Amino acid sequence: MKSSETATKAGNLDDLMCGTGIPAGGTLEERVQHEDPALLRTMVEQMFLVRHFEEKAAELYTLGKIGGFCHLYIGQEAVAVGALSTIGPDDYIFTSYREHGHALVRGMDPGEVMAELCGKQSGVSKGKGGSMHLFDKRRGFFGGHGIVGGQIPLATGTAFASKYFQQPRVSLCFFGEAAVNIGSFHESLNLAALWKLPVVFICENNRFGMGTPIERASSLYELSQKACAYNMARTWVDGMDVLAVRATLKEAVERARQAGAPTLIEARTYRFMGHSMSDPSHGHYRTKAEVEEQRRHDPIKQYTAALLAAGIVTQEQLDDLEQKARDTVEEAVAFAERSPAPDPKELYTDVFAE
Amino acid sequence: MAVKVMMPKGSDTMTEGKVLKWLKKEGDSISTGDTVVEIETDKVDMEVEAMGGGVLRKILVEVGKVVPVGELLAVIGKADEDISSLVKGNGQVSSPATARPAEGKTATSAPPPAPAPAVGGTLSAAPPEAAGRILASPLARKMAKDMGIALADIAGSGPGGRVIRQDVERRAAIVAQASVAQGGAAGPARISPSLPPRPAPPLNGPEYVDEPLTSMRKTIATRLVQSKAPVPHFYLTIEVDMKRARELRESAKLLDAELKLSYNDIILKACATALARHRDVNAAFQGESIRYYNRVHLGVAVATEGGGLITPVIRNADAKSLAEISREARDLAARARTRKLLPEEYAGSTFSVSNLGMMGIEEFSAIINPPEGAILAVGAVAEKPVVVDGRVEPGLRCRLTLSCDHRVVDGATGAKFLATLRQILENPVYLAF
Amino acid sequence: MPILTYREALNQAMREEMHRDDSIVLMGEEVGFYQGAYKVSKGLLEEFGPMRVLDTPITELGFTGLGVGAAMAGVRPIVEMMTFNFALLALDQIVNSAAKMRYMSGGQFSIPLVVRGPGGAGHQLAAQHSQALEAWFCHIPGLKVVAPATPADAKGLLKTSVRDNNPVIFIESEVLYGTRGEVPEGEHLVPLGVAEIKRPGRDVTVIAHSKMVLVALDAAADLEKEGIDVEVVDPRTLRPLDVETLVNSVKKTNRAVIVEEGWEYCGVGAQFVDVLQRAAFDYLDAPILRVTGADVPMPYAKNLEHLAQPDKQRVKDAVYRVLYRQGVGPEGHA
Repeated sequence: MKSSETATKAGNLDDLMCGTGIPAGGTLEERVQHEDPALLRTMVEQMFLVRHFEEKAAELYTLGKIGGFCHLYIGQEAVAVGALSTIGPDDYIFTSYREHGHALVRGMDPGEVMAELCGKQSGVSKGKGGSMHLFDKRRGFFGGHGIVGGQIPLATGTAFASKYFQQPRVSLCFFGEAAVNIGSFHESLNLAALWKLPVVFICENNRFGMGTPIERASSLYELSQKACAYNMARTWVDGMDVLAVRATLKEAVERARQAGAPTLIEARTYRFMGHSMSDPSHGHYRTKAEVEEQRRHDPIKQYTAALLAAGIVTQEQLDDLEQKARDTVEEAVAFAERSPAPDPKELYTDVFAE
Repeated sequence: MAVKVMMPKGSDTMTEGKVLKWLKKEGDSISTGDTVVEIETDKVDMEVEAMGGGVLRKILVEVGKVVPVGELLAVIGKADEDISSLVKGNGQVSSPATARPAEGKTATSAPPPAPAPAVGGTLSAAPPEAAGRILASPLARKMAKDMGIALADIAGSGPGGRVIRQDVERRAAIVAQASVAQGGAAGPARISPSLPPRPAPPLNGPEYVDEPLTSMRKTIATRLVQSKAPVPHFYLTIEVDMKRARELRESAKLLDAELKLSYNDIILKACATALARHRDVNAAFQGESIRYYNRVHLGVAVATEGGGLITPVIRNADAKSLAEISREARDLAARARTRKLLPEEYAGSTFSVSNLGMMGIEEFSAIINPPEGAILAVGAVAEKPVVVDGRVEPGLRCRLTLSCDHRVVDGATGAKFLATLRQILENPVYLAF
Repeated sequence: MPILTYREALNQAMREEMHRDDSIVLMGEEVGFYQGAYKVSKGLLEEFGPMRVLDTPITELGFTGLGVGAAMAGVRPIVEMMTFNFALLALDQIVNSAAKMRYMSGGQFSIPLVVRGPGGAGHQLAAQHSQALEAWFCHIPGLKVVAPATPADAKGLLKTSVRDNNPVIFIESEVLYGTRGEVPEGEHLVPLGVAEIKRPGRDVTVIAHSKMVLVALDAAADLEKEGIDVEVVDPRTLRPLDVETLVNSVKKTNRAVIVEEGWEYCGVGAQFVDVLQRAAFDYLDAPILRVTGADVPMPYAKNLEHLAQPDKQRVKDAVYRVLYRQGVGPEGHA
């Protein structure tokens, strides 16, 4: 198996793998008909969990129980839930610092995640990582990275490992849209395409890199077009539609597993909160009207409406599921509160492996 | 009659002194010569002895106080004596007969001369530069501390006068050589059971070692030259019992009639033997340093025909036998008198001996041959009445006077050398060592 | 015992390790088809194939990060930097990913990565290609930093580094690649964190690493003729440092001179001085002196380049000074 393919000699953009990038059609309502109802219910439960967890995290942050930076996923739930529904327990996930949602959807214990945010010994990283550095090796959750784009070469690396060990494991790499301009993005995509690595790059385009809208940061507005520079398959998808995300990811994951080839997906989404807890949700670089307009496309609202309309769930069941999510979050907070801070001797542990 | 203990004039520059420590307390019984109090002069710490006996009736000046020279420090008298006239007023000096107005700092009756620093007491003046820090490498500090050597006693050859390892090592070597059995310093010399140790610099090693002046030495040098330029001399005299030296001469005569061993020969050999054990007397002032010679080259003063004096040198006298020294001395003296010495034969002495005994001189003080640190003046070996076990009997005595350059040799140092010299002369068996 | 060049010793080490453990791969620019920019990886592509010896594009950040990610998933990558000057581009992945992954995750990951390549000056390669940056890597907790000076050490330390489950920065030298020395065959492993006394002596301790060891030994040979017995200590691993060997040496000789190619300010030598003055304070007879690269970017002109680097005369001068010879005190720069 050759590791390095020779570059494509195509002269016409249309012959490249990146194609037109137009997503497959279909509506939420249509897709709801074709999925396993149990899975559909699981997904709404996950979305509730992420939403309530993040709202609670915001509250704890204002109370000073979470320190440092706290980047919330509110409004973007459909991307994590939709994408992670397409992979198995052996696959690898990398994301940025806006990772609480991905961690929870991946099945990490909410109490341990909350404890990590609160800097407790029982946290997933023993309190030594915090909001930006959640890790769970057993569940294939490989972090949690603070430097913009820092995770992209890493995901390319795990994809390399899968190919090297001839395993059918796929690597999902989530990052924000501002990361498409950083060096590591370009270097990694080139390597992934050149060496044909089983990785799916998911750009969660929430339109704003902190305070800078995408049109002021990127020379291309249509971000998925950047894959063309690397002769890589690509598409964009409505990131507020959880089932559209799922459908798109299924295809990309399949490509990775079968053909060993990478894909760049631009999931167009929106975050209702500011960049982090230190940033207001509107007033500075977004108007209140704009935020409120986007809230009308709230992914949970859309999805639950579709589920109700299709008769997959009743309102009562939804309320139960939502309450269950709230209860889970409350328990998580209680667990975190009663957990102790890390033992001082942990200051010097875990620097080196034996 | 009451005996006064007064602040002595410890040096010619001293105007006041500090009481450091009372060695006796009120009510103690005092004998003449007992040390009563320790005082600090502008140069040294000194012990003050009682000039008479009795009971220490009153201490007038407490520890730490500074008083003018001549001030009454304490009164010794009979237990029932009336001393009120002495302790009246502000303790000014007053004779028992006439009252004196107590005004100002008058010291009309000169107090008895204070014991010279050479005899008794301890020389423990801190060098005046001790107000500043002593620079020393950490290693040197540790070595000095471990060896019990004071950093102030070590001259530093590093930048800024930093004391470094080699300086400590050099000092340690000198200290080891200069150490004598305890008790040789204070009071009259006692005969120690054995001679001081003899260090042995290697024969093909350097001729000498220059040791830079310590800060204390610099001070002493400066002050003494101011008082007695150019070479600050002081003189130490001992009287040696030559009985056994005479026996040695007679034994030698029996063994070898040709060998005409003189007292001077014995004294020369004894000096060489003693100098090998007292490197600090076999030394020369060099301005910025003191040269400690590793060899003993004895200069023997000889009067020349037509007046004049020359000092031919017996080289490595410490390594030569008594017989060799005798022969060489005679040869050199003969040629010296007739001015037939080669230049190298009268240069390079490290210590000189001058003998006027054959001219009947009982005792004299010679002048040091610069740059040497000392010279020994030998008087006549003569019969004289001596006291033995309380009885007077005839004894054979010789008076030796050591002139010392105070920049190189201190009183104690010179005294220790003389003590060794006396020991050897009175026990000539040591010449075999 | 066979005599190998330093580069052959490295080649042998990689070859042996890649045979021993299938999870080891080598990647970097020109390591495969070109046989290695400095021929260190000669023959490896032919022996192990393109999946284990990977030619990368000029993508230091990308392929170093890929190496870290692969290490997280069980691969043991050797990432070659054509020179360590280019590692500056990969610093984010070396520092923020490789060094910290274990700590940030509370001990879940180990990163068995070796980043190796030549560091320091070559011959007239000028400012951007001549930097000795070991101090930068030594500064980061979570990294180990190794700098072998001899072929035997190169082989032994590379084998050990590859087997270490932590990120190891392995700094070679272009100038050393051609040097020859005895290299034990087979399982010759030199432990990390152990210094070696390259030349025992009594009068002064000279601490040097990488190519400076040769400079120090050269100076020591000259000084021997003058009756000065120099002890040359090679730390071999810069972090973790074998403090005990360095300290014991200085306790014996009472004086130290540190020779390093890097710039003086915050160079690795400054760390050695701190360690020594704390642990051997009472044994120091003189201040510790450092002989370092001149505090300028490396100039191109041959004569200036020579002036910019430590040479044996500067080492000798420093030795004289700590011995208080020639009337010169130790104060001031060497």
